[in-house]
Order: sequence, then structure tokens, then C-alpha cells
Amino acid sequence: MCLAIPAKILTIGDDRIATVDILGVTREAAIDLVPDAQIGDFILIHAGYGIEIVSEDFANETLDLIREFPELVEN
Amino acid sequence: MDQSLLNNFKDPALARDLLQVIEKLVARIAENRIAEGRTTENRTAENRTAENRTAENRLVESCIAEARTVENRAVENYPQPSSIRIMEVCGTHTVAIARAGFRSVLPASLKLISGPGCPVCVTANVDIDRVIALTRIPGVVVATFGDMIRVPGSSTSLQQRKAQGAAVEVVYSPLDAIKLAEQYAADGGTTGHNAAGGGTHVVFVGVGFETTTPLVAATIERAAARGLANFSVLAVHKRVPPALEALANDAEVAVDALILPGHVSTILGAQPYGFLAEKYHIPGAITGFEPVDILQGIALLLEQIRAREAGEADAAIEIAYKRAVMQEGNPTALAAIDAVFENTDATWRGLGTIEQSGYSIREKYAVYDANRRFAAELSALQEPTVEPRGCRCGTVLRGVIPPSACPLFGRACTPQNPIGPCMVSSEGTCAAYFRYAL
Repeated sequence: MCLAIPAKILTIGDDRIATVDILGVTREAAIDLVPDAQIGDFILIHAGYGIEIVSEDFANETLDLIREFPELVEN
Repeated sequence: MDQSLLNNFKDPALARDLLQVIEKLVARIAENRIAEGRTTENRTAENRTAENRTAENRLVESCIAEARTVENRAVENYPQPSSIRIMEVCGTHTVAIARAGFRSVLPASLKLISGPGCPVCVTANVDIDRVIALTRIPGVVVATFGDMIRVPGSSTSLQQRKAQGAAVEVVYSPLDAIKLAEQYAADGGTTGHNAAGGGTHVVFVGVGFETTTPLVAATIERAAARGLANFSVLAVHKRVPPALEALANDAEVAVDALILPGHVSTILGAQPYGFLAEKYHIPGAITGFEPVDILQGIALLLEQIRAREAGEADAAIEIAYKRAVMQEGNPTALAAIDAVFENTDATWRGLGTIEQSGYSIREKYAVYDANRRFAAELSALQEPTVEPRGCRCGTVLRGVIPPSACPLFGRACTPQNPIGPCMVSSEGTCAAYFRYAL
């Protein structure tokens, strides 16, 4: 439940809602909790909110883990 | 030792090296413990759990006892060191450790124990009943994360209530709950699935630790900014550090070190765990989720245990997950929690009531607090709480017994027909142990 998934910020719209790319899927995420996030940054997403800005390398490592163990992100 | 398993790891060479380090450290700790007389006979935790077994297990117990007698005779002159108990307190770690099969490759005297790391599992039955009572209030639509809906309360579950026509919506994010509320406000609830004629007020069930609490706080602030009048939150959020303090004070739990949660710590940072090392001399390592991250965390903790028991250094809290955890956590998220929530006493399944271990919504946001808003309805509609018979989820959550010591595990209680929440949630200890046949 507390696993956060890395995503790349594609656009930032009004109301601090960004569109992000998670494993090739485009979704919306709120960036209230990562006020410094910019387009192109990787952020950890938990339940629709960004909770931390992370490096691209780290994002890719975590995505590999999720591909390897998809049950880690099951609800 | 089945080392072929290591070939499944992304970096088998690193995993093998870490395992060698772990084996060496376990051997050195064992040597020291034997020298100091810390042998299994002195260990209360292992003895006490034996007393807690039920009649159904006694036959198995007597066979094991017989085998142990034979074994003890064989090693009579070689006292066994007390086992090293390392606990993880994060559901994602529970699943990752079970999935990676570590327990079969680690030395037998190193015990990896799962603690209260699954937010759904630690939610007390009385709170589950309160959530279910919401579904009986006319006009209310309950919006919840998916892992809550199968959790049995005293007589029913959200899933059963939904099947009976109650308005229960599974959402991925609390933002989706706001969207539902806006939709119902616009169409007068005609799109709600309430058998009583459409729901218009959305109650989001706020479950989760510090990873989840700040985004529920941010959602309440968003609702307030929009002046949304048909949205509220039933908050049963919990704080991890006070639960760890309760475990540290629990002689039956007897942990030597803690693998600390990764993404809870993204929010909290390392400082809130400092008391574990300073006051209780329990080492902690904030650890990631890759199998090698976990092995690295275990190796760091063993080195700390060794140094502490050898009198070389005191315990400390280390961050072995610097890529996602800053020393000070996420200050914006912490400020969001503080703006909307205040600490309150909370009841945990298995751990009982722990002071200041939960979050309640501040007076300023009372209009978004379902507990205040529906106080009269909830007290009239909530049924008396009955704990599931024979379920030992609470004792499993404290790490005092493994799931296999529960007489229901794998027999009456399975993921298809779960009796307690530890078997319902995919990251519950019982579900993880069942799935990976531990």
C-alpha cells in the first residue's frame, strides 16, 4: 500500500495537476507535495500524488523492480 | 542452502557477496552470544509463544518437542545462541522478502519477522465496522482504496454491502473521490449507485500510514479551496513511530533490529525513529525494496547488532535508501499533515490502544470530518464489534507467532475465503506467507 511508483512529468496544468507517464501509461497526478517539480522531472507517485522528486536512474531501477515483481503494486 | 535461488536476482553476484557478509556477521554475533550465555534456554520470547498454542496444534507440538529432545541430546554440549530477530514493518517489504525467498537462503538462526506493516491489517475491527456503518447512511457514497473492500467487519464487509446495493466505489486516489463528489453535486446523485435512490455525499475512507496521510490532507485542502460541500473523510490514519515504540516495549516481541519502511520514510525522514536507537538501543535501517537493497539493509543491521553486543558502538538509525529518502523527509508533506490533522490516541489490531499513534482531523476542517458530520448516524447504525473467532492476526502482526502457528491458516482461512485482514490484503503477512508457501 505504501509503494510509490516513479513517473515522468509530461505537462503541468492549472490547479497543480500534472500529466505523467508511468510505464508508458499517461495519468494525472497532483504535485501539491512536490512544489519544486518541473516538466521532465521524475517523481514518486503514491495514490495519485507525487511525494518526492527522484533521479532518472533511480526511477528506472524501481520500474525494473515493478516489472519483475508486479505483485508489489497490487492493492 | 539453496543458492540457485540467487540466480533469479537482478545482480546475483552482489547478492551472493552480501549473503557471505551476512553469514559471517551471524557467526560472529553467535560466538559473542554464546560467550555471554545468551543461549536459547534464556530466551523468553521463544518459550512464551509455545504456551500460546491451541489444542489443534498440540499433537504437532508434541512431535516437534520429541524431535527437539533428540536434537538437544545431540547438541547437549554445544549451547545454541539465541536467534537474531530482525523485523520489517512495511507490507511491501513483507511481500518482497516472501517473494525473493530469503528465508531459505539466510542462516537458520537469523529470523526475519513481519510486523504491523499493513495499514488495512492494523485497522481495528471497531473502525472497520464504522466504515461499514457509513454504507447504511442514506445518501452516502463510500469511496475507498481497493484493499479495504474485502476486509470483514463484525458481520459483513464493504464488498458484501455493495453486493446488497449499498453505494461503495473503489478509487485509486482520494482525488477520484473529489471528482465523484463534484459529479454527484452536478447531477443530484443520479449517477450514484445507492439502492436508496442515489448518493450525493462522498465519504473517502482515509486508511494508511504517513505515506498516505499527507495526500489525504492535501485532498481535504483541495476540497476546502473549492468549497465542496458534499465530501468528507473518515480518517483512521496511523503513525508508524508510536507503534514501533509499543513493539520496543513488548518483551514478547523481542526484536534485535528493525528494517524501517522505505516510502513512509520518504515523508518522515530518519529523525522520528531516533528514539529507537537512543532510548531502546535498537538499530534501524531505512531500506529499499530491491532484493539486494533488503540484503544490504540486513547486513548493515547485523553489523550494528554485532558492534553493539561487542560493546564497540551504540545503535543508530541508518538510511540505506538514500535515493528516495532525505534525512529530513518531505517538509511540504509533513506541513500538509500538520495543517489538517492532529495526533490522537488510536487502537491498532493486535497492539491495542497506543497514545498519539493516530491522526484525527483538526477542528478547522470539521466540516470535512465524517466522524463529526455523521456522529449521530454512526452511533445509531454501527453494530457491536465482534472479533473473528480463532483469528490470530493480532498476534501475527506483533511478530510473536508466524502465520503457520494460527490454527486457521491455510485451512479455514485462505486468500479465497479470508477470516482476518492479514489474509485479505495482498500485503498482509498471512496472504504473503500463503502465496509463497512459507
